[in-house]
Amino acid sequence: MTMAVKTNTLTLVQAVTDAMRTMLRERDDVLVLGEDVGKNGGVFRATDGLQAEFGEDRVIDTPLSEAGFTGAAIGMAVNGFRPIVEIQFLGFIYPAYEQIMTHASRIRSRTMGHFTVPIVIRAPYGAGVRAPEIHCDSTEALFTHMPGIKVVCPSTPYDAKGLLIAAIEDPDPVLFLEPMRCYRSSREEVPEGKYTIEIGKGKKLREGDDVTVIAWGAMVPVAMKAAEEAAKKGIQADVIDLRTLYPLDRDLIAESVQKTGRTVIVQEAHATGGVANDIVSIINDTSFLYQKAPVERVTGFDVPVPFFALEDYYLPTPERVLHAIEKAVKF
Amino acid sequence: MEQQFPMIQVMNNDGELVMTEYREQITKELAMTFYRHLMRTRTFDRKCVSLQRQGRIGTYAPYEGQEAAQVGSALALKDDDWLFPTYRDHGATMTFGHSLTRILLYWRGRNEGCVPPNGKKIFPPSVPIATQLPHAAGAAYAEKRKGTKNAAIVYFGDGATSEGDFHEGLNIASVFQAPVVFFNQNNQYAISVPITKQMNSQTIAQKALAYDIPGVRVDGNDVLAVYFETQKALERARNGEGPTLIEAITWRYGAHTTADDPTKYRNQDESKKRRELADPIQRLERFMKREGFWDETWAQSVQEEVGREVEQAITEMENYPEAKSDDMFDYVFAQPTWTIEQQKNEYNAWKRGSIR
Ligand SMILES: Cc1ncc(C[n+]2csc(CCOP(=O)(O)OP(=O)(O)O)c2C)c(N)n1
Repeated sequence: MTMAVKTNTLTLVQAVTDAMRTMLRERDDVLVLGEDVGKNGGVFRATDGLQAEFGEDRVIDTPLSEAGFTGAAIGMAVNGFRPIVEIQFLGFIYPAYEQIMTHASRIRSRTMGHFTVPIVIRAPYGAGVRAPEIHCDSTEALFTHMPGIKVVCPSTPYDAKGLLIAAIEDPDPVLFLEPMRCYRSSREEVPEGKYTIEIGKGKKLREGDDVTVIAWGAMVPVAMKAAEEAAKKGIQADVIDLRTLYPLDRDLIAESVQKTGRTVIVQEAHATGGVANDIVSIINDTSFLYQKAPVERVTGFDVPVPFFALEDYYLPTPERVLHAIEKAVKF
Repeated sequence: MEQQFPMIQVMNNDGELVMTEYREQITKELAMTFYRHLMRTRTFDRKCVSLQRQGRIGTYAPYEGQEAAQVGSALALKDDDWLFPTYRDHGATMTFGHSLTRILLYWRGRNEGCVPPNGKKIFPPSVPIATQLPHAAGAAYAEKRKGTKNAAIVYFGDGATSEGDFHEGLNIASVFQAPVVFFNQNNQYAISVPITKQMNSQTIAQKALAYDIPGVRVDGNDVLAVYFETQKALERARNGEGPTLIEAITWRYGAHTTADDPTKYRNQDESKKRRELADPIQRLERFMKREGFWDETWAQSVQEEVGREVEQAITEMENYPEAKSDDMFDYVFAQPTWTIEQQKNEYNAWKRGSIR
């Protein structure tokens, strides 16, 4: 690849917009729907300018009805469209849960492939931005547990665009989780036009032989910060950004933990039933004999995500991750 | 439908009593009570917006413009009734007896804001839209089952009528003939979505037809109309005549929340116009002047008194003891499970160890 590709410096939320714009231009069957996505451009401005460019028939302000518009998107998807549904905050997806759990995720298998549901459900998620209650959930595991839907969770602008385009092109339903805390926290060069990143592939952010740190979404910068602090103490960490939560990148995890023999998993969500536990299973299945220490998990607690006066206590911090890294290394 | 569900006004925009049959009931004292609460709620709301701008509270949902709907309906309640609010209804909850300090604590990200004063049946604000309607139906039905004369009122916006929970709540209440008033504030916008995109029905009140319950449309900026219609609905509820749906037509002057920019989706001149034409407080003032109830020095003293009360609450909020991390673990279950116990202990041990 020597051809110079034009790039723009974008935030994660701008990269999300760019992905949708790219695909709305590229394919007539793509459309965007959700609450406030039209004139307002979404409460996070993720759909900014899209209705002006593509019209009210392709960027649709829906009634305040998650079950209604997600169900309608399923109907459109089985009938030739590729809807991108915006859920305003992940904490408001629950009215649509039934549509996703009992229909989107299993129409293909129920009909032996006769009907399919190529929809993308986008949702900002996570705590740490002083938002009101219920706006802070990170309930990805409710969906990774659900057979028949892929779950993607980028942490950078470049990945967000490539993964969202891949999700739109995917023949099956994809839940696309956008870490609110990363929406505008950094910028990077993002190529213009269409490119994809394979769903199901993680990314190594940092190389080190002493310990593997695995994170996703808003916990990636936390993990990186901890890894940098660890490096000052002479501990070199491999840091993996999973990017996809279902299916997990088993090979990347196994390759790294077989090298380091020590693992710390950083998860914003509650401990019980979380994705971290699936990662432990992968390590157990693929790399048991390589382990030099028990896998450490740094997670949120088994409590509702607290109101923002307490959210800093709930969220994993670089200090807590560093502590876990040292514990794993000293074991 | 607009004919079938006409908008009820007791006084018009000029403050003229148009339903004269109410003249006897509207004493000077009652009018003064309305005015005091309207001023109190507005003063509080404006103060909250400025506290948010100064970073002293978090994101805040203002209700300026909707005070008559909230005050009129809340004043129609009796002490032992239930109130189920949304995030925009603290004008109603404070009128019904919630503590201003606690309301402020809610917006400061504190659970204490969800705890009503002792004896007050005020539910925490419902953030997921429309989810509180079935709760109100259930709480009201429980009162009926217990054989009391207590009722429930539940607040929600125009956008909420699109959610399944709205319809399920009305249907359940209708089937159970629960003593509940479904009080809709139709401020004509759900964030950026105007009511014309929210529904294809001309009124919200007409949705009552489907559940065979009374549906009433009132001018939500007319505190008198709101008060009397809510009172009638509550009376029906107490008499075993089941639920009522009230649509109070109003307008929010400002942003959806302090995180919202209304100029993205609507011309704010409309708010200016409505403020001049139909402001709920000015309307009552005009009414009081017409009726000879107005006293400038008294109005001044009301303003000062509510200002002091709000300042006092802010001081209390800011001097409130810090939130403790244990609080997030301690109230999840009556008896903490082992996972929570273990997480709390490990967290506290780590915190102690990390204070070097
Ligand atoms: C289930 C759910 N979906 C989305 C949201 C995000 N949201 C918060 S307020 C709001 C608009 C509500 O409009 P309306 O019911 O008319 O009440 P208003 O805010 O105007 O008082 C939306 C979409 C939410 N809180 N809950």
